[in-house]
Formats: sequence, C-alpha cells, structure tokens
Amino acid sequence: MKAINLAIGLVLATVAVPSLAGQEVNVYSYRQPRLIEPMLDGFTEGTGIKVNVLYAKKGMLERLKSEGVNTPADLIFTVDIGRLSDVKSAGLTQAVNSDTLDANIPDSQRDDEGHWYGLTQRARIIVTSKDRVNVDDIQSYEDLASDKMQGRVCTRSGKHAYMVGLTAMMISYHGEPEAEQWATDLKANLARKPQGNDRAQVKAIKEGECDVAVINHYYMFNMLNDPKQVPWAESVNVIFPNQADRGTHMNISGMAMSKYAKNSENALKLMEYLASGKAQQMYSEINGEYPVQEGVEWSEQLKMWGDFKRDNLDLTDIAAHRGAAIKLMDRVGYDN
Amino acid sequence: MSETGAKTIGAPTLKKRFRVDFWQVGSFLFAALAVLPVLAIIWLALFPEENIWPHLISTSLPGYIKSTLILMLGVGVSVFLTGVSTAWLVTHYEFPLRREFEWMLLLPLAIPAYVIAYMYTDLLEFAGPVQQLLRSVFGWELARDYWFPNIRSMGGGILMMGLVLYPYVYLLARAAFLEQSPNQFEASRLLGNSQFKSFLKVSLPIARPAIVVGVALALMETLNDFGTIDFFAIRTLTAGLYDVWLGMGNLGGAAQIATTMLTFVILLLSLEYFGRRRQRFYQSGQRFKAKTRMQLPGRRAWWLTLFCAVPVIAGFVIPVSLLVNLSIDYFDVSWTPRFRQYALNSLLLSGLAALFAVLIALLITYTRRLNRNSRRMLFVSRVASLGYAVPGAVLAVGVIIPFAAWDNWIDALARQWLGFSTGLLLSGTIFAVVFAYVVRFLAVSIGSIESSLSRVSESMDMAARTLGYPAHKVLTKFHLPLIKGGILTAGMVVFVDSMKELPATLILRPFNFETLATYVYQFASDEMIGESALGALFIVLAGLIPVIFLSRTISRSNVVQSTRETI
Repeated sequence: MKAINLAIGLVLATVAVPSLAGQEVNVYSYRQPRLIEPMLDGFTEGTGIKVNVLYAKKGMLERLKSEGVNTPADLIFTVDIGRLSDVKSAGLTQAVNSDTLDANIPDSQRDDEGHWYGLTQRARIIVTSKDRVNVDDIQSYEDLASDKMQGRVCTRSGKHAYMVGLTAMMISYHGEPEAEQWATDLKANLARKPQGNDRAQVKAIKEGECDVAVINHYYMFNMLNDPKQVPWAESVNVIFPNQADRGTHMNISGMAMSKYAKNSENALKLMEYLASGKAQQMYSEINGEYPVQEGVEWSEQLKMWGDFKRDNLDLTDIAAHRGAAIKLMDRVGYDN
Repeated sequence: MSETGAKTIGAPTLKKRFRVDFWQVGSFLFAALAVLPVLAIIWLALFPEENIWPHLISTSLPGYIKSTLILMLGVGVSVFLTGVSTAWLVTHYEFPLRREFEWMLLLPLAIPAYVIAYMYTDLLEFAGPVQQLLRSVFGWELARDYWFPNIRSMGGGILMMGLVLYPYVYLLARAAFLEQSPNQFEASRLLGNSQFKSFLKVSLPIARPAIVVGVALALMETLNDFGTIDFFAIRTLTAGLYDVWLGMGNLGGAAQIATTMLTFVILLLSLEYFGRRRQRFYQSGQRFKAKTRMQLPGRRAWWLTLFCAVPVIAGFVIPVSLLVNLSIDYFDVSWTPRFRQYALNSLLLSGLAALFAVLIALLITYTRRLNRNSRRMLFVSRVASLGYAVPGAVLAVGVIIPFAAWDNWIDALARQWLGFSTGLLLSGTIFAVVFAYVVRFLAVSIGSIESSLSRVSESMDMAARTLGYPAHKVLTKFHLPLIKGGILTAGMVVFVDSMKELPATLILRPFNFETLATYVYQFASDEMIGESALGALFIVLAGLIPVIFLSRTISRSNVVQSTRETI
C-alpha cells in the first residue's frame, strides 16, 4: 500500500510542478531529451531557471493548436525547416526581438519576422564504399541518378523528412518535371527497397549490399562514437556534394517561442543561451551538428572533415516545396 | 425506456416506468465518453486541407491496400493456427511440462512488436551471428555472394506480428475450451467421431465467439501498427495515413483514411456477427465435471511438448536472450537510476487503465445481458469498442481535441464569472493518458468479458431473479465467480497492452514524465537498438508480473484443473 501511495504522490508531484508559477520555462520538443539535456542542464545551472520538457513527435502541432491560449508551452524545439514553418503558419508562434539572437544567428538561419531561429545545421552528405567506388564518379546529388550508379544506391524512405527536404531542394533548383526525372532515375538506381534510417545505409555499404548512400552527416559522427559501429563508419568515404556549384544541402534544427508563452522572459533567456557560443559549441561536441553561429569552435571530427561550401538556398523555399516533393515521391513509387 | 424496461429479465413492468435504469444510463454515459475521440476524428475528416483521394488513388493507394490485406491475412492465419492449436493441446492433452506451458504460452504478449522485430533483425541480418556463421562455413564474403531470406520483408512482418499477437487467440480460446462442458465433446466421441473431428465439429464452433474476438484483436493491432511495418518497410494504410498527416500536413485527409479503416473494421466484424447471429451456445449443466485429458503413449507426448515450445522459444526465449545480451553490452550507456521511477509510472498508469477498462466493460456487458442483448445495447457495446480500430497517434489527437475544448470552455467560464483562470485542468495530465488507454483497450476487455459471460446460460439469471435477487446481486453472487477467468484475462491484457503503448503516452503526458515505453522510444526511434535494450527489457519484465500472477490465479480458480491429479 505504501508503495502505491508513494507512486501516486510522485506522479501527482510531476503533474503539479508545471502549474506552480516559479522560475521555469516549458518546452515542447520534437528533439529527443538526450540530445538537448546537456544544454538545458547548463542553462539551469547558470540561471536557476528550471526547464520542463515534453518530448513528442506525432500530434505535437495538434496539441499546441487545441490547447490554444491556455497552452503551457513557452518554447518549441524542432528539427527540419518544414516543422518550423508549419508552426509559424499555423499561427502558434510569436515574433521575438533580440539583439543577442540577431547578432549570434546569421540572417539566412532565422525567420525574417523573428518567428523561428535556427540552432544547428545538418549537412546531407553522400557516403561511398572505400573499396568499390571511385569518388570522382559521384560528386553531386545529380550524380546519384547517373547510369554509373545503377543498382548501387541506398537511401531511407522517400517520405522521410530528410529525403523530402532533399527532393524539395531539387525542385526549387530544377523545377518539378526535372526533379521528377531525377527521382525516377535515382529510384531505378536503388540497390534495395528504401528502408532503415541513415545509419542503416552505412551498415549496408559495409556489408556490400550497396555502394553509395545519402545520409545526414551527424550519423557518421555517432557511429564513430560507438565502438561496435566504428567499422561501418570506417568503410566509407565522406563526400560533401555539389562543391563545384551550389554547395551541400543543409537543413536545420531550431526553436520558436509559443504565441501564448506565459514565461516569455525565461523563454527568451533560454533562446539566447542556446544561441550563445558555449551552448553552440556543446551542440557540436556532443551531437556533432554544425553550430549556426559563425566563429564557434567545431568539434575535432567536424574539423577533420573540414570546411565546405554550403548551399545557401532560402530555407523557406525548401519548406514551400515539401508538399510537392512528397507527392512526387508517391508518383515515382520511390518506396515500393 | 419503457420498451427496454419490458424486456429486462424478470423485472416487473409496472414498477419500471417510474424508475431510471441506472445500468443503461451508466452504460450510455461511458460508451459516449469512450467514443468521443473517435467522433473527434470523424469530425476532423470533414475538414481536409485538400482532397487527398485523387492523388492517392492514382499513386500509392492500391499498393497500401494490397500490402494491408496481405499482412492482415497472413497474421490472421498465423495467430489462428498457433493460438487455437496450442490452446487445444494444453486443455485436452496430457504431456510433459503441460502446466508450465499453460502460462508460458502467454509470455510473448509482454514483448512489443517493434522490439521483437529489432531483435530478429539483429539476429538474422547480414552482420548477425547466423549469416556470419554461414559465411565462415561456406567462404562467402559479400551479401551479393549468396541468397538469404530478408527478415525486413512482408514475410518477416507476418512472422514477427504472428509471434507476439497469437497469445490473444490462445488466451481467449483456452478460456473458452476450459469453460466448455466436456459432455458435448464426449457425446461426439461416443457417436464415433475422431478426436480431431469432434474438435472441429463441437469444440471449435462453441469456442468461435471467443476465437473471433482474439483474431479480431490481433488484426486490429496489426492494422494500427506503425513501428514494425516502418522498420520492415511494409507500406500499409497506416503508413499512408502518417504520410498524409505529417508529410503533407493534411490532418483532415489522414482522418479520412482513419475513418475508412474504421469502416472496414466495422464491416468485417458485423459480417462475422451476422454469420453466427442465429447460433447461441450455452453450457449444459454439470460444468464442473472432471475433464479427462488424453494421454499419448510414451514418447509421443514429447512431440506435443515440442509443438508448444516452438512459439514460446521463437516468441519469447530468443528475443529476450538477445535483449539481455544487448543490455549487458550497452549497460553503461543505458542504465539510469531513474528506471525505477519510469517503471513505477508505467505500472501505475497501466494498473489504473486495466481497472477502469474492466469495470466499464463489466457494466456495459452485463447491461447488455440484462436487456437480453437488445439491439440498442449491442450498438452501445460496439461503439464503446471503436477506439481499438484507430491508430494510437490518431486516437491521441482525438483525445486532445475534446479535452482541450472542455478545459478551455471551463477556463472561459471561470474567467467570465469568477475572474480567474483555471488553465488546463485535464489536458496534459496522467488522467488524459489513462483515459486514452481505456478508450484504446476497452475493446479488449469487452471482448474478453463478453465471450466469457455469453457462455453462462441465461436460465441461471432467470432462476436467480425469480428467487428475488436484484440485478447487481446476480452479477456479484453468480456471474463473477463463473467469469472470473474472463475478467482476469481482460485486466491482464489491458495492463500489458498499456505497458507497451507508445504514441498516445508520448503526446498526452505531462512535462518531465517518462514511462518505460517513452524512455525506450527516444533511442528506438533512431534505431539505437543497443541503447534501448535495457529499457525494453524492463518493459518485458514489468509486463511479466501480471502475466505470471494472473495466469496462476486463472489456473487455481479453475475447478477442472484441480481434479487433474485424480485422473
């Protein structure tokens, strides 16, 4: 009986905490707690402000919408430009004015009206088998669809946000018909039905099922930090595509302030902290992501890959083509 | 009211007119609450962002439908064969370890489908031990050097889901076989029918309602699964639904797909119902006459042991061993002292959900019986079961909408009349999570209790009511002892299912609140299988507690069981 009382007490305590007004800030996060906890702990240590986190994916937007003016959320953390522009266009965010944010985050990495701010960048890179691929054969996303790659390419599902973002980028550079041709040819080059996450593609290269894959760069970073997965990562070369022309496709993780934030002062403090040099460096050290703030020291691994030309296509342009991209993937039957 | 009042078993018609029937009012109320999220989804389906169907029909819809049907057919056949055959063996044959297998056959229920999928992928994929061994024996090097069945395929998906879902059928079929009077079966044997023919012609038809409930539950679970099919790249309707909702940002379109799936399930179930509407099976008297189990001669009995061992080994022993193995390898990165709290949270939420699901199911099922299975009560019990036919994340949105609307309404009233804000009272509390569990799993408890209660002859109610017992006394004094097994089964399955539930927990929970399932998810969602293993192991272990405890209670409560020694 005691155990049950204790359990109920503990649960009630967790429920009650956010409703007590105190020094705190409430975050709805699409990002896994383990990826942001170190930064949030750093913030709480420095300011004494407690950060409450709700992590979820499917339905977060609907929860925010339905809760309306009474939502406890002060901040929204998310990955992918699509989600950031979704929360903005749903009218769930507010414009934030902060000189600190403006100084730390470059123009291209934040919303014109200040509704969302990028925190880190992730590059969509190409990896190739060290043994079986001549890196000169594949230097751009366009090369993925070339005849030389027949039966050799692996990717995750074409409906996943990262593949949709890539396709949306192709649409905004080449127009829809040409992008569709590219996706059709890429589909024809696939070594297997799209499956698994980005890490699984690297593993498949190590195992000889495929020769070439498209992945987000930090998966390489993560594999190099897991003793069991180091051999996978070491079986591939890393290529930053399209260095000769527009640069490598980048997506972002970012933050936005909820329209009905109750702790907006604390929320702003947290935003500024996450854009600060210290937190930005932690993102690079712990998660292997590229800091948006220029001049922040990169982690050793990122330094080893070196600087590269980034595609500076307007992120909202990519967001705008997402719907077309996912339908295009349906038409070419990418996942079949 | 008066019309149904007249139908009520043994109730005086005159008195009835002046009395509110609390049984029916209660049933209506809870059924209405349970169907609220489904109604919210249907409401959403009326307002799509754009008409999604022309695009879907011309592109992926035929593929979605095809793979959905193949998957459901495959899983349906698999759970039926495994569940019914093992249930039949443990109830009608005597063989070594039979008593142990009675509960061990339930064990795979504790394993989430996506976890078993991960474990078998680890075992059977290219880098796994099986293929490594083959390569070292035959001198192959790359995957293209030889052929090996790909576990990440339709066949693999059917196999995985069949392994963890057959216990639904086993549980209900076993309970039905146990409650069957041996008289009919013996009569069939005396008439010269073989053991197998008597099973086919007598026992199976009597157990049909229970088996159908079991298979239907397994199929709905299959229809709504996302974790496994996503990992195995099987593109079912559920995958399409998530594409439309999250990829194209069209919640209304997704709700339309959900509504279509719902209609499909309702059609399927009503077909079955009409198929047997004229049949009704009751136990004839002397239920507790000792049942003789057939003893196969000598070594042949071990074949039965082996047969029952296959699903237990494949569905539990192998995946759990792999899980233990991984947990040890990754212990340092995955152990957190907070596991204790997460486990407590999981146990508390699941316990509450099981309790409420059983109470509400009892109320609705018994009211239906009181009203002699009136059409109205049939409708009520079916409507209350709809939550199971909707994918978890969609159902969660269906919970969010009415809860937030209610909270905001109360808040607006308070602001207007009392001058202060109440904020959100129900949204984002554990109440919302438990509510979602109950809505989602009510079908399980209704199905189990209903199939149990339907086997108790109605002449018993009539006799009891004639003797002057009021309705609730009949339930507590006569029915409860008889259907105890069905009730415990219902509670156990809801409990274990709630332990594993993920999408609704994730989105409805309060801040800083983790259950074992949500904790595992943050790694599993990234296919970080090693890091998620320890948490998954905890889910399995916590799910085992009720499985073992309750299956023992079921065994003990069964008088037939205790006479075994005297045979």
